[in-house]
Amino acid sequence: MEAFTTYSGRAVPLRRSNVDTDQIIPAVWLKQVSRTGFDKGLFSAWREDPEFVLNQPQYEGAGVLVAGPDFGTGSSREHAVWALQQYGFRVVIAPRFGDIFRNNSTKMGLLPVVLTGEQVEELQTAVEKDPALEVTVDLEKREVRWDGRTAAFEIDDYTRWRLLEGLDDIGLTLRHADAINDYEAGRTPWLPVTL
Amino acid sequence: MQVGQTGTAGRTGAPRATQRATKHATIKDEVGAMGRTLAEKVYDAHVVRRAEGEPDLLYIDLHLVHEVTSPQAFDGLRMAGRPVRRPDLTIATEDHNVPTTDLLKPIADPVSRTQVETLRKNCSDFGVRLHPMGDDGQGIVHVIGPQLGLTQPGMTVVCGDSHTSTHGAFGALAFGIGTSEVEHVLATQTLPQIKPKTMAVTVDGALPDGVTAKDLILAIIAEIGTGGGQGHIVEYRGEAVRSLSMEGRMTVCNMSIEAGARAGMIAPDETTFEYLKGRPHAPRGADWDAAVEYWTSLRTDDDAVFDKEVVIDAAELTPFVTWGTNPGQGLPLGDSVPDPASFDDPVQRQSAERALEYMGLSAGTPLRDIAVDTVFVGSCTNGRIEDLRAVAGVLEGRRVADGVRMLVVPGSMRVKKQAEEEGLDAVISASGAEWREAGCSMCLAMNPDKLTPGERSASTSNRNFEGRQGPGGRTHLVSPAVAAATAVTGRLTAPADL
Repeated sequence: MEAFTTYSGRAVPLRRSNVDTDQIIPAVWLKQVSRTGFDKGLFSAWREDPEFVLNQPQYEGAGVLVAGPDFGTGSSREHAVWALQQYGFRVVIAPRFGDIFRNNSTKMGLLPVVLTGEQVEELQTAVEKDPALEVTVDLEKREVRWDGRTAAFEIDDYTRWRLLEGLDDIGLTLRHADAINDYEAGRTPWLPVTL
Repeated sequence: MQVGQTGTAGRTGAPRATQRATKHATIKDEVGAMGRTLAEKVYDAHVVRRAEGEPDLLYIDLHLVHEVTSPQAFDGLRMAGRPVRRPDLTIATEDHNVPTTDLLKPIADPVSRTQVETLRKNCSDFGVRLHPMGDDGQGIVHVIGPQLGLTQPGMTVVCGDSHTSTHGAFGALAFGIGTSEVEHVLATQTLPQIKPKTMAVTVDGALPDGVTAKDLILAIIAEIGTGGGQGHIVEYRGEAVRSLSMEGRMTVCNMSIEAGARAGMIAPDETTFEYLKGRPHAPRGADWDAAVEYWTSLRTDDDAVFDKEVVIDAAELTPFVTWGTNPGQGLPLGDSVPDPASFDDPVQRQSAERALEYMGLSAGTPLRDIAVDTVFVGSCTNGRIEDLRAVAGVLEGRRVADGVRMLVVPGSMRVKKQAEEEGLDAVISASGAEWREAGCSMCLAMNPDKLTPGERSASTSNRNFEGRQGPGGRTHLVSPAVAAATAVTGRLTAPADL
């Protein structure tokens, strides 16, 4: 996983709520068996509209997406995270996230940041006023900074540490192989098997 | 330690849809005598390792795999040189991409074909049992688990699919995961988890005639919102839930994710045991007795505390349909398309404005006046035998309206076979509807079954998102009974209207 410490750069305001993962990456893109090439699928239906915010040149190269509540609801497709990352996003800021999307993001090193609805609105307005505005997302200090403003966000210590170090879960879990063996030895014998 | 809003489990005489949450916080785990919820009991029984400041490591009893969210996970194993730790706790099926016609021919779409062939190779290389197209065990992943008796009370079940919540109908803790987590479970048979909060949705009283499990869950989602269950495991309780069949319970738990909850659960009871007994993977003999004894203990203790509670009065429910582009945008069929200006919350107002524009609807139009082009019956929400019986019951002696196409897609090959043995296919075909092979089909349009831009459907599936059933398609979520009645009139209709 890609480590995340601090990102400073431009942001894009996405003034929509309930941005489900079908919008982030429509199902037709899920047929690929590789992990690459999903940037073209990001918001592919919405990008057909020339007015869509990602088509506006002033937001080109932004690394922070600032969206309305309930971002990443719906399908568990991790392709949504891959698409956002491959397009160039490092952070998504929203008042609420779908649980599975948020989880998938932290496995991949895309930082989901929860701010209040008012803070998100304020940040979106600031970015619309000045698309070149520098937004800093600081995971060490757990804060977002822009234009003299500082907004603190919460993230649990363990996830923060994993993101800062860029650690994958599987390697961490396999350190506890003995505990897994012990648990398995005590499992109820009538539990079903598939083979 | 968990600090949160609390409410007590034992309650009486509550009004409809009361958001019950007291303000004072309770520290649950420090009160040793306090009872536990069903979700907590199942969760606690699967903790492999617990350490201060780290997520719990949770053991997974059953891992369901399909072709869409697994190829990159198997690739990850290959790159790291890791095996599948417990292929005997893993099962795979082909469902999302499969065509629902011409099963004996190769899949026409080369990209879909490659994905299905990749799953076959991965299952063969790693020793995972696969139910491929054409196999009588094939079907939608959430239909075949229960059908085979693999889903049992008290288990942990995961799948790279958000509708894994379906299996919670058995009192299992079942939730959807992403591909990184699929790889993690394949490699370790565990998942790091932070213990979720618990939420009770209690449905008091009996469902009125003509009101189904689908109407109930659509009404629940409209009540608590698409984010209402975030961070929680929902337990569905109360008389109306207890009265549901296993298939109805699966429909309810299936759509928990549409209310934001990763998992929904219903405590196992005689209905559950009756469904499971004799299924291929269910315990037998003395094992069965031991299992039932354990399963009977899987209920929320009377003194357990939920972090959040919602109470709904079943008597007030009617057939329910969606008008918008998220599953929370639903109303009773007797209502009209809402005026966006009627929403106080600016976010909801803006969402409604956008939804009406996308859906091509005007505020004030009676929902019963909305004409559809296509009716889809199927999916992990409503593709089981009882759903098909409900559809055939309405279609018997009637015709699908001119200009309306109706697809009926069984959830699995066994459901299809059973329906054919009961003669349901003959009734459905005689009405003018198309009787298809098993798969996810038009629920998410990864196979050739899809809407064209602007086409409008009444669908028994779970998501009315923009473009979900095909780019530009417009979806109204409905129950199987409403779907069938709608096919007959060509407008959103309940069977009682016919």
